[in-house]
Amino acid sequence: MSEDQTNPTPPSHNAPPGEIAAAAKAAAHTRRAFLFKLSLAMNAAVGAFLAVPLIGYLLGPAMKKPSETGAWIPLGKLSDFPVGETRLAEFRSPVASFNDGDTAKAACWVRRISEDKLQVFAINCAHLGCPVRWFAQSKLFLCPCHGGAYYEDGRRASGPPERGLFEYRTALVGDSLLIHSGDMPTFTTEAVNKPKPLIQIAPASSADEAKAASLSTNVATPAARSNEWPA
Amino acid sequence: MASLKDRARTAGSSLYDWVELRLGLLKPLTETATHPTPENSASWLYVFGSAASVLLVLQIVTGILLALAYSPSANEAWNSLAQLNHVIPLGWYLRALHGWGSDFMIAIVLLHMVQVFLFGSYKFPREMTWIVGVGLLLLTLGMAFTGQVMRFDQDAYWGLGIGASISSHVPIVGPYLVHMLLGGPIIGGATLARFFTLHVFVIPGILLGGVGLHVWMVLRHGVSDWPMPGRIVSRSTYQKQYHELTASTGIPFVPDAAWKDGVFAAALLLAVMACAFFFGPFGPGGAPDPTIIQTAPKPDFAFLWIYALLAFLPPSIETPVLLVAPVIGIAGLLVLPLFAGEGERHWSRRPIAVLLVSVIAVTLGIFTHLGTYTPWSPVMSAWTSAPIPAKLLANRTPLQRQGALVLQDKQCRNCHAIAGSGGQRGPALDMIASRMTEDQIIRQVLQGGGNMPAYGNALSPSETKALMQFLMTLRSNDLPPAIDSSTKLTHPGESQTTQPTPAQKNP
Repeated sequence: MSEDQTNPTPPSHNAPPGEIAAAAKAAAHTRRAFLFKLSLAMNAAVGAFLAVPLIGYLLGPAMKKPSETGAWIPLGKLSDFPVGETRLAEFRSPVASFNDGDTAKAACWVRRISEDKLQVFAINCAHLGCPVRWFAQSKLFLCPCHGGAYYEDGRRASGPPERGLFEYRTALVGDSLLIHSGDMPTFTTEAVNKPKPLIQIAPASSADEAKAASLSTNVATPAARSNEWPA
Repeated sequence: MASLKDRARTAGSSLYDWVELRLGLLKPLTETATHPTPENSASWLYVFGSAASVLLVLQIVTGILLALAYSPSANEAWNSLAQLNHVIPLGWYLRALHGWGSDFMIAIVLLHMVQVFLFGSYKFPREMTWIVGVGLLLLTLGMAFTGQVMRFDQDAYWGLGIGASISSHVPIVGPYLVHMLLGGPIIGGATLARFFTLHVFVIPGILLGGVGLHVWMVLRHGVSDWPMPGRIVSRSTYQKQYHELTASTGIPFVPDAAWKDGVFAAALLLAVMACAFFFGPFGPGGAPDPTIIQTAPKPDFAFLWIYALLAFLPPSIETPVLLVAPVIGIAGLLVLPLFAGEGERHWSRRPIAVLLVSVIAVTLGIFTHLGTYTPWSPVMSAWTSAPIPAKLLANRTPLQRQGALVLQDKQCRNCHAIAGSGGQRGPALDMIASRMTEDQIIRQVLQGGGNMPAYGNALSPSETKALMQFLMTLRSNDLPPAIDSSTKLTHPGESQTTQPTPAQKNP
């Protein structure tokens, strides 16, 4: 009795033969079911191993921070942009690829305020990115899509945009006007236009770094310019 | 000796048996096609679902044929479309069929949805059929948007810019979303490649699978019976009632009900072909060169209402509305059958359903109509192309005429119409002097406000003076000039401070 409690009898010797076969099948079944579960687990592991690089490939374009893309590129001679005028300038996007065709081209509005003061606006409306047009007579940028309007210094004048025009970082090297261009400017990828060293290659020493930083900040920052137009 | 006819019949029957023994599909398919369906469901209003599938097949066939010539590369896409339009024989017709087929498909899918909604056919036990159907609608719209990008022209380029700009407003992941959408930092070859992949592989694959599921569930639950006022859907009794109805009034779907689907599908295909033949393909518009800024981008017809909405949303609520409203709208469609899965089906007992459809249809209609002529957009060329009518300049002083020149030169006409030509962003100026006093106009012009930029820095005092002289002549002869009614109260002794110049008699 006590032995039965501690050590229950297995379906053993005195059971009928059919039952023995069933028991054996059941034992084998649990083994196969276990093996099947094992195979599922193996496939889950291999699947994950396979999926990680695939997802990595898919998400590749999203992995780069907007501030990491872009480069300084020349827009042309400073003398091409007369003082007091706002002119359209074209350039080839420094981040374009071999198969971008016409879409590798880009345009911007260059406003020469004085001899050494410039503003370069992205052509993309701050609302939804349509190309704004400059009207020199009324000193306004107008957007054809939803009628956003901006003053000559890029401030929002009216319409749906919630901010002023996007601005490129500018630099003067000799007689050449450079801008820093990377991402297509949108509400959040505009970060690419924030201050950055002019030299693209990592500076060899901290002295170089300081020099590079000073070169890029020599040019008036958008913050400094925003006071120039009384609101 | 058996006749030739009998022999042929025997041979045909043994071929059928040979194939069916191996394939095992012919008999079940025949049984499915001829399954009994309630007689009242054989209606001309029940043909939109099959019509949408027919159009899907048309889109797949024409799409495959277009892929023979289309080059999904930003270098070549636009030129390959031009080649299809002008060089490859019948290429224009294939493009037209595919483009018109897409518009028709959206229309038919929407009609199908409205019909199912108004007939309460989404109720038990067809809730999942509806939910999958909502997915199919979104996939269809996804095909339309990605298809617009395939037509790689200016509209496609700037449309992508609008998509990227909207994505960039998503909190936290905004810039990453933009990069995912564009496949890189700018709109370019990578962007077209991923939209091509979506348009040709990903969305059609999911769409076909979804249609399979949708049709499977239609067959499983049967075509919904015609709704009757007072015939309530209840989870406990509906299926029994439906089976009784089918048993008593059932007719074989093929041919007794399906002939209407067939006739409608043929008429629809003919309509697509006629539109394609007479109206031709859509675009492509100008080359996708972002340095060509003389463009007014516009989305395709199906998205015009969104384009219009974007012009009217105030900046402060635009982002929340853009990001939250679609989520609420889609979630509402998805959960609709879950909380309204029982009850009345007939539209006469469901006033809210009818009201919803009417309000949404009118709203979409109005916004789409506005999108066709974009009254909010400045007319960029109006200042040089829309002259001031001569009768408004007759018998005017030199200063007034100078003012008319200022009005033209300062691009006022881009936003303000005179005599029906010019922009509609601001009010028409024909009667402005009868509505506003000189002081009010000067304040409005120099300081801006409302939706108008300030012109204080773009107008010299002499230009302002001349402009005012002209504007104050703009009222018809039978209307008095506007007066500031508060002047009497604030300056009781004085008359109107600035007497408007009386409009002179027109010749």
